[in-house]
Amino acid sequence: MSEAKKYPTPVTNPETKPFWDAAAQGKFMIKRCKTCGDAHYFPRSICPFCFSDKTEWEESSGEGTIYTFSLMRKSATGPYAIGYVTLKEGPSLMTNFVDCDLERLAIGQKVKVVFKPTDGAPLPFFTVV
Amino acid sequence: MTIKGKAYIAGIFEHPTRHAPDKSTAQLHAEVARGAIADAGLSKADIDGYFLAGDAPGGAWPMVDYLGLKVRHIDSTDTGGCSYLIHLGHAAEAIAAGKCSIALVTLAGKPRTGPMPPRAAGAEADFETAYGATTHNAYGMCAMRHMHDYGTTSEQLAWIKVAASHHAQYNPHAFLKDVVTVEDVVNSPMISDPLHRLDCCVVTDGGGALIVTSEEIAKSLKKPLVRLIGHGEAMKGPRGGKDLDLTYSAGVWSGPRAFEEAGVTPQDIKYASIYDSFTITVLMQLEDLGFCRKGEGGKFVADGNLISGVGKLPFNTDGGGLCSNHPVNRGGMTKIIEAVRQLRGEAHPKVQVKNCDLAIAHGTGGLLGVRHAASTCILERV
Repeated sequence: MSEAKKYPTPVTNPETKPFWDAAAQGKFMIKRCKTCGDAHYFPRSICPFCFSDKTEWEESSGEGTIYTFSLMRKSATGPYAIGYVTLKEGPSLMTNFVDCDLERLAIGQKVKVVFKPTDGAPLPFFTVV
Repeated sequence: MTIKGKAYIAGIFEHPTRHAPDKSTAQLHAEVARGAIADAGLSKADIDGYFLAGDAPGGAWPMVDYLGLKVRHIDSTDTGGCSYLIHLGHAAEAIAAGKCSIALVTLAGKPRTGPMPPRAAGAEADFETAYGATTHNAYGMCAMRHMHDYGTTSEQLAWIKVAASHHAQYNPHAFLKDVVTVEDVVNSPMISDPLHRLDCCVVTDGGGALIVTSEEIAKSLKKPLVRLIGHGEAMKGPRGGKDLDLTYSAGVWSGPRAFEEAGVTPQDIKYASIYDSFTITVLMQLEDLGFCRKGEGGKFVADGNLISGVGKLPFNTDGGGLCSNHPVNRGGMTKIIEAVRQLRGEAHPKVQVKNCDLAIAHGTGGLLGVRHAASTCILERV
């Protein structure tokens, strides 16, 4: 598998800057609402469930399972697998699966986060455990 | 308050082109507008409301000016491929409220000639853009999970393309006119698992337009009377990643709203226009609209059940987006147009549903596996 793929640099903004600063330290952050107790992703300042502004950053285990995936057979940069991972902490998120055999992906497989460099903050991806 | 029976579709036009390298996008909008106005037996000066979406170059200001319209009601709601189904509902609201009396809705563009402009990014951009969600893999993710949860098979999905191809053979303008088999579909190259090339729709230039008007004006015109009796719209997305379930769409909300307003049930429907960007799109919509139970879409579409004159629910009798036309990668407009043809009795004789007096036109817009809208229209011949 080629890892020469160039990933876009996150633009970032004041609301999401702590996420990208943590990513640069190898930490994968989610947000949790102190009012309703639920975690969400991607991070917002106001909880998308109960609309409370009492959300706080939390480091995720980075562990989860594959909810679904699809292997794109052709693209300008070669085949790639998109999917959703359901984190141990609850939220599901979109990602690509990397550094593993894309032909053997399966729903329910255990995966963990890995970061890939960009010209700015690194981006989170997932690989099979 | 209800829009039931407040608006009639008095004019329809589908551009016959499927490849238009020698025309501008604005020109195609003007051509479909002319076609629908002529179909209704009206003139441009009669138009007092205009509905357009993201495919209209530059949006409302340049389009109203380019077309030379003088309107008192404008709506540029953009929900991708189902924009025009939402426009029909909004036009009915505007007509019921007296904000306009003769509304024009247009769609046109040229994805076959050149690349489409990039999708506008939202707050999610930094967290999703890098992962390369496209139509193919976003719908592929839905199909993959539907197969996992309900045992849906590629062969069952293939039946949807087979049915569309049976209809397309009678449409002289269809992009793909050859009848295909289940084997043809499942043996076509894999594009994005588990969707094969023949699970996908066509990419075509072209467009379509509608004229929506009041009961009084529709009755003064010469076309058979077709009216909107129920409408629903809804949106769905990952919503913070809680309880993610890609096996259903926003159609589970837009559908019941439309059926309730119309006072009818899925069992009453004689003909169904169902957005068919991919085979899985149709299967999920049929479940979500209540034509069968969730998870039983595979059984429902198999064995030709969607073929006119053969199965219980004739669908997309023009060949749909899977075989005939998918202008600007936005299929909602052609869904309405074929439903109106069926209700008028103007469909091809080989696919015309007998005594077709009640039809549904339904679609989604955006990416089914990411963020999307859905809209449902129930149409009746008076």
